[in-house]
Amino acid sequence: MTPDVSENLLDKRHNELIQEAKKSGYNLNPDTVFTRGLVEGLLINANRYGYESCPCRLSLGDKESDLDIICPCDYRDDDLSEYGACFCGLYVSDTIASENLPAPVVPERRPLASERMKKSSSSVPAGGLPFPVYRCKVCGYLCARNNPPEKCPICKAEKERFEIFLR
Amino acid sequence: MAITPVHVEGIDKGSIMLYALSTCIHCKQTRKLLDELKVAYDYLYVDQLSRSEMDEVLKEMEKVNPRGSFPTLVINNNKVIVGSRLDEIREALLS
Repeated sequence: MTPDVSENLLDKRHNELIQEAKKSGYNLNPDTVFTRGLVEGLLINANRYGYESCPCRLSLGDKESDLDIICPCDYRDDDLSEYGACFCGLYVSDTIASENLPAPVVPERRPLASERMKKSSSSVPAGGLPFPVYRCKVCGYLCARNNPPEKCPICKAEKERFEIFLR
Repeated sequence: MAITPVHVEGIDKGSIMLYALSTCIHCKQTRKLLDELKVAYDYLYVDQLSRSEMDEVLKEMEKVNPRGSFPTLVINNNKVIVGSRLDEIREALLS
């Protein structure tokens, strides 16, 4: 792609990401060539913008407006739950990882720029929470998101061990 | 479009325009397929444009793909394929 990312740097970052993912119950895409292409994109973006924004999305170079697409992006977990891979395919579900399947084409769920502006206030709507809160029955870890994680990032329990705690 | 895309020589299958990012692996796969099919096409790496050029290209691109996501492939100004849907692209260009 570009000569400014050395093989050494690429190896180092790729390994770091694999270890970090494993530790918190996620999987990096096992397709090494594909994944290295993405890691290279992350490193190029880190050089260009000062942060690792998604290599498959257009960064504007303005951190505040790119915050939601800094890897791991705000949309990763919903994409993993729905499609088994995140938008760019860097993170994949257990099934895709263990069966070495190709990452599916994931449609863009990032809201349009105009909608993102509107959503900037994080007020709680009357009568409910903006996200359900899930509780890990093993260690008590709480997270507010649309679905429980594949694995508990604290105790590594499977997602079936989560219950809805607050709605 | 005032910005001139990069032209790749090949078999004439009509106008084929690819909006891509230089860092995106899916865009890379799409380009690889177009190269393998040996078709003539134009592409733009939108991330490598200046901010004003970027705005101009995005406006063009959002007419066919309102989400403004990459890769966006426009075949003969009417068929739009979003994402590296390689089988769909192959079918559209070989039929």
